[in-house]
Amino acid sequence: MSPTPEDIAAAAILVVVLAAYALFGGADFGGGIWDLLAGGPERGAAARELIDESITPVWEGNHVWLVFVLVVLWTSFPPAFAAVMTALFVPLSLSLLGIVLRGVGFAFRHTAQRLRMQQFTGATFAAASLITPFFMGTVVGAVATGQVPVHPAGNVLAAWTSPTAILTGFLFVAACAYLSAVFLVLEARQRGHQDLVRYFSLRATAAGVVTGALAGGTFAELSASSPYVYARLTGIALPLVAVSIAAGIAVLGMLWLRWYHALFLRVTAAIAVATVVGGWGLAQYPYLVPTSLPLAAGSAPTGSLVGVFVVAGLALLLVAPAFALLYLLQQRRVLTEADTDADLRLAAQVDRAPRGRPAAAPAPAGTSITRALVLAVLAVRVIRDVFSRSRRR
Amino acid sequence: MVAVVHVLAVNPVPARSQMGSSLGFHIILACFGVAFAAVTMTAEWIGIRRGDAAALLLARRWSKVMAVLVAVGAVSGTVLSYEMGLLWPGLMGRFGAAIGFPFSLEGIFFFLEAIFVGVYLYGWERLPPWAHWWSGVPIVVSGVLGAMSVVAANSWMNSPAGYTLSHGKLTSVNPVSVFFNASTPYETAHMVLAAYMVTGFLVAGVYAVGLLRGRRDRYHRLGFAIPFTIGGICAPLQVMMGDIIARFIATNQPVKFAAMEYVTTTTRDAPEWVGGIFINGKVYFGAAIPAFDSILVGFSPHTKVIGWDSVPASQRPPLVTLIHLSFDLMVGIGFFLLALAAWQAWWWWFHRRLLLTPWFLVPSAVSGVAAVAAMEAGWVVTEVGRQPWIVYRVLLVSQAVTPSTGVPITLGVILVLYAILTVVSIGVPMAMSRRWRRGTAAEEESEQVPYGPSPAGAP
Repeated sequence: MSPTPEDIAAAAILVVVLAAYALFGGADFGGGIWDLLAGGPERGAAARELIDESITPVWEGNHVWLVFVLVVLWTSFPPAFAAVMTALFVPLSLSLLGIVLRGVGFAFRHTAQRLRMQQFTGATFAAASLITPFFMGTVVGAVATGQVPVHPAGNVLAAWTSPTAILTGFLFVAACAYLSAVFLVLEARQRGHQDLVRYFSLRATAAGVVTGALAGGTFAELSASSPYVYARLTGIALPLVAVSIAAGIAVLGMLWLRWYHALFLRVTAAIAVATVVGGWGLAQYPYLVPTSLPLAAGSAPTGSLVGVFVVAGLALLLVAPAFALLYLLQQRRVLTEADTDADLRLAAQVDRAPRGRPAAAPAPAGTSITRALVLAVLAVRVIRDVFSRSRRR
Repeated sequence: MVAVVHVLAVNPVPARSQMGSSLGFHIILACFGVAFAAVTMTAEWIGIRRGDAAALLLARRWSKVMAVLVAVGAVSGTVLSYEMGLLWPGLMGRFGAAIGFPFSLEGIFFFLEAIFVGVYLYGWERLPPWAHWWSGVPIVVSGVLGAMSVVAANSWMNSPAGYTLSHGKLTSVNPVSVFFNASTPYETAHMVLAAYMVTGFLVAGVYAVGLLRGRRDRYHRLGFAIPFTIGGICAPLQVMMGDIIARFIATNQPVKFAAMEYVTTTTRDAPEWVGGIFINGKVYFGAAIPAFDSILVGFSPHTKVIGWDSVPASQRPPLVTLIHLSFDLMVGIGFFLLALAAWQAWWWWFHRRLLLTPWFLVPSAVSGVAAVAAMEAGWVVTEVGRQPWIVYRVLLVSQAVTPSTGVPITLGVILVLYAILTVVSIGVPMAMSRRWRRGTAAEEESEQVPYGPSPAGAP
């Protein structure tokens, strides 16, 4: 049985949402990783501040993409979702632990008063940023190698501890660090911190090289652990792999030449990561779990898939313009005539009475009569209602 | 296709406890996500309309608290969507395709909400006053629609509809019928009202404490009056809604209703039990109002009320005492909040000023906590009352639970983490309010909150 067009479309949506999470969530996690590697409290202060400033505006908002991944997966491909969630209970729980710890660490860090406490919450935030992508990587590795049984009877330890899965975990961590460092170069440039531009440029290059090496290693492992995926990666998905490699090299080149073009650099780095996600999706086709759970067998009824399409359409229609509005506002200059917090505080303290017209205008004559009339009518209606009901019974 | 139903001999109690505690935590934050924007925007509306600096300052500070709570809610919401699969693969594998549609809609609405919280925060100093007010409207709308979507998924578990099964496998799904199942209008209205009450009374409670401590300026009076009015308007509507829902449950899920009201055997002249513990077929320490339950269900003492003897013991919910007492607690608090709102309304009607005596403020200060307790009790009634079914009369909880053995561990971890998250979601706004009281205006200006502009980052 071959997959229907609806199945393929739903799978495509899943891959797009996964890529979006890899890009937006990945950059966030990477920020935490660089925070962890920034060194002692004094040496790393400048880098940490920049990371903090670039993450705070979207604090944990990017998890919405992850929620979409989960929801699209369980709506469109319920058996695959159930199998993955059962067999990979342990790494998924650990990645979830990372997500919660990250949120806690980040929230506390801004309110912690003492340095010791700040360091502790900061370390929690940073360590959690490492845990989550690593275990998500092992999950992807386990799926790609086809180690997830269709009807698992419980945790499958071997699935996510295979060399390929562990390598994929490290690959995810490196890719997050790489993506984030590239974005941070641009953030530093925008804020005019020349030393941090160099700092993150160096780290982006290093992370890029490590990511490339890990990708190569995983690729080599796949040839033995998942011949089907390997064959497709070197076959039909090869163009995507090539684009990814080219984009990765191009980013390294731009960094080396110090050509920090805000749009080009960002887009090229994003392409390098997104094409890997796309290549993985294409390499698995037409299987949800290679060679044991085909797309057609694991798909939801057409009605559910149509529901997913409608939601995806709504997302494009509603979310994209909303994002555009937010972006425009972020770029917009502060209105000069707007009241600041300070103005309001002053005004609220100086005259307690409202500045404009008086708050409680004296009630015009006649309102009390109207009020009494309304009350009377309501009361009569309620009483009549009660009685008419009891008569009917 | 292999359609083997694995009936697994796994104890679902740890998984149920974990789901219950995660939901019970998230729902409080969700209330703020649904209703806080409306409270904030009411303050802003008063502020712009009357040129009232105190109201505007309140609105601005509330919007910052809202951002913190939405951010924590994003984390606990992510946990929930994970847990749907981690804990209930048997449900998601079989019915994920049906239950998924309302969840994916909720994803959209939460996304919109988060983006517009960002717009609202950035907009304070970048948009003209009324344009800024309108930028908050999408938060209110998507909050309500998001709540409806998620509650629709829960309603579906109570009144499954919109799908066909053949040999235990889902063969067709109609997402619209899934969304608008029989329980949806009742549950969603009840929850949205609850969200407005919880938010209104909790925020009002904070300012009631301030008023009791002698901070009786306009800022605190408004900070109390605005949310209290919103909660107070919802209170009578909620009591009415609750009455309608109870009657719906009596026909739609009679066994749940029987557990709520201690109806052991199907009978006319069923008594209404107030309080009481159910042990070995008898109710102790309870007061029975003769035939009142029948009157509430059908407006006549002769109405027949279905008891839990109508189904075999294996299909009855456990812990009937918990269900009944939770129900009583919810109803009791509902009337307490209604009385409190009526008291203030009475005073306002005849005196045209706020009632701010300690006799009124002390109960008002705890009204928010009471509203939370009522809401949690209400969820206990729906969820425990549906047991042993996860999808009412279709799928048992024991068929849905994960076979993984690690759940007691994750339960322990979740409990610890949520204790910390609770401290965050109470502690961060408290720290903010302390800074607002003691710190300088410049410090407040440079305060950074999630989704908001960074002080140095204005390009």
